[in-house]
Amino acid sequence: MSVAAPSKAGLYDCRDSFAKTIEALAEADPRIVTVVSDSVGSSKLGGFKTKFPERMVNVGIAEQTLVAVGAGLANGGKVPFVSAASCFITGRALEQVKADIAYSNVNVKLIGQSSGVAYGELGPTHHSIEDLAWLRLFNNLKLIVPADPWQTAEAIKAAAAYDGPVFVRVSRMAVPALDRPANATFEIGKAETLVDGSDATIIANGTMVHRAVAAAKTLAAEGISARVVNMATVNPLDDAVIAAAAETGAIVTVEEHSVRGGLGGAIAEVVISTNPVPMRILGFPGFVPTGSADFLFDHFGLNETGIADAVRQTIARKK
Amino acid sequence: MQEAALPSPATPLTTDLVGEIAAQALWIRRRSFQMVYEAQQGHPGGDFSATDVLATLYFGVMRYDPKNPRDPKRDRFVMSKGHCTGAFYSVLARAGYFPEADLSSYMEPLSKLNGHPNRNYLPGVETNTGPLGHGLPVALGIAIAGQIDNAEFRTFVLTGDGELQEGSNWEAALNAGHRKLENLTLIIDRNRLQQGARTEETASLDPLDEKWRAFGWHVENVDGHDHAQLLEVLSKSPKGREKPLCVIANTFKGKGVSFMHDNVAWHHGVPTKEQYEQAMRELV
Repeated sequence: MSVAAPSKAGLYDCRDSFAKTIEALAEADPRIVTVVSDSVGSSKLGGFKTKFPERMVNVGIAEQTLVAVGAGLANGGKVPFVSAASCFITGRALEQVKADIAYSNVNVKLIGQSSGVAYGELGPTHHSIEDLAWLRLFNNLKLIVPADPWQTAEAIKAAAAYDGPVFVRVSRMAVPALDRPANATFEIGKAETLVDGSDATIIANGTMVHRAVAAAKTLAAEGISARVVNMATVNPLDDAVIAAAAETGAIVTVEEHSVRGGLGGAIAEVVISTNPVPMRILGFPGFVPTGSADFLFDHFGLNETGIADAVRQTIARKK
Repeated sequence: MQEAALPSPATPLTTDLVGEIAAQALWIRRRSFQMVYEAQQGHPGGDFSATDVLATLYFGVMRYDPKNPRDPKRDRFVMSKGHCTGAFYSVLARAGYFPEADLSSYMEPLSKLNGHPNRNYLPGVETNTGPLGHGLPVALGIAIAGQIDNAEFRTFVLTGDGELQEGSNWEAALNAGHRKLENLTLIIDRNRLQQGARTEETASLDPLDEKWRAFGWHVENVDGHDHAQLLEVLSKSPKGREKPLCVIANTFKGKGVSFMHDNVAWHHGVPTKEQYEQAMRELV
């Protein structure tokens, strides 16, 4: 399955990959349905609606029912992909995610669209930089944050194939396709090392991965060998975290999320209880001011320069 | 009643089905009260208001096979008022989903019989409930799955009445009416008492029937302790109704025991030895 075409020169909107993949999966598996809350366009599910009108359930602007209906459809033998803006499908329906999906342990796929600060100028009500912290508490809910169009497609396929609850966080921010070996595969819970290195490890996911790769290149020119790990699955975490601590002795995490309780928090929990090494968590401090996503990334140092600086500083803290 | 596609523990359907349901309801009341007494925890007032609805559904209306609890063809029952596990677990055990002896472990450490039901522990539980306002939206999703497949199964959900103060119910009500989900039946345990006070003193629900009609539902008002009335409205075929069904079961909290009758203190009150013995003398 090839990925959807780039949305602009060399850059991709991962929602296109989500939409193309779910349509292909639905062709092959009649159990697949989509559930939306007036979120057809923002989920890029217009094509799905045209092809499978009877297999799209639009509950209107009602996120609690959106998520609960997903649980009910799974009970009725369907494989529902429940798709809405990440800020609402998580925060507004958090107790439904907890009780109806995770605690009930049902075969529902939650798709958090336009996550992070994609809706930058709309402000913190529409940012979703708390979602990973909230959802990470549900131990059996798989959490995937794909980094590019290929990984988005693979994550959606893996979610469909897995019998249980999964959350996939899909960005609308333009990202490049990452360089990978032709035989690369995706597996829930497996990280991928994109750049090898020995002085420090940058662990990133989602829209931050290509920025981490760029920072590693900058550092390499200075003679600093930084490993880059794409930790697309936040739950369960890959043991690559433990290896990174042991082998490079310094870790910098980068995510389009609050610094509280997300990818960095998850990694810190592992590092502190296995092999404590100097660590730095890059992300947003909390509610952020208005600005485009690209402005906010630069403003909070979530770019090549900011990541490289954090790596240098963290290496300096090594004993 | 429709021809049963699955063997039902209600069989053999004797000429006195109402009498059979009444006998099961009596057993459920006695057994659930014993559970609450032994655990010194529970929600016996709501157990008793819901018992006759549960007995009618499981022994007179629904098609299911307790030996194959996830049969795709089964009728579904969602216990939205998940705190009333005394009655719910009793009816599940009586229906054959698990041994009646297991009821003795109610709320003991590590018991499968949690204070609120867990589908991953107990067969016959469709979805985990406890927080209010969850059952109807999940039942809506089950009914939509049935509608997509043009399946024969029906979906029943029992809510409390105070529980209707949760807005999620009204999201689901709007959707079920919009979709004309005739395969969905909501039963409201209208005992008029919530945890702390009367519903009408807290956030009034009346006129409740008009609310549901306005949302596109067919509404039936019944005596929620009259097995014949419940049997009639619940077992009628939904085909051609083209509306979801809302049965307002007018009930009393603590029904069946004089000192608990319509008494808000028994929402989660637990009996002393003397009260337990008196209740058992009355529940005959």
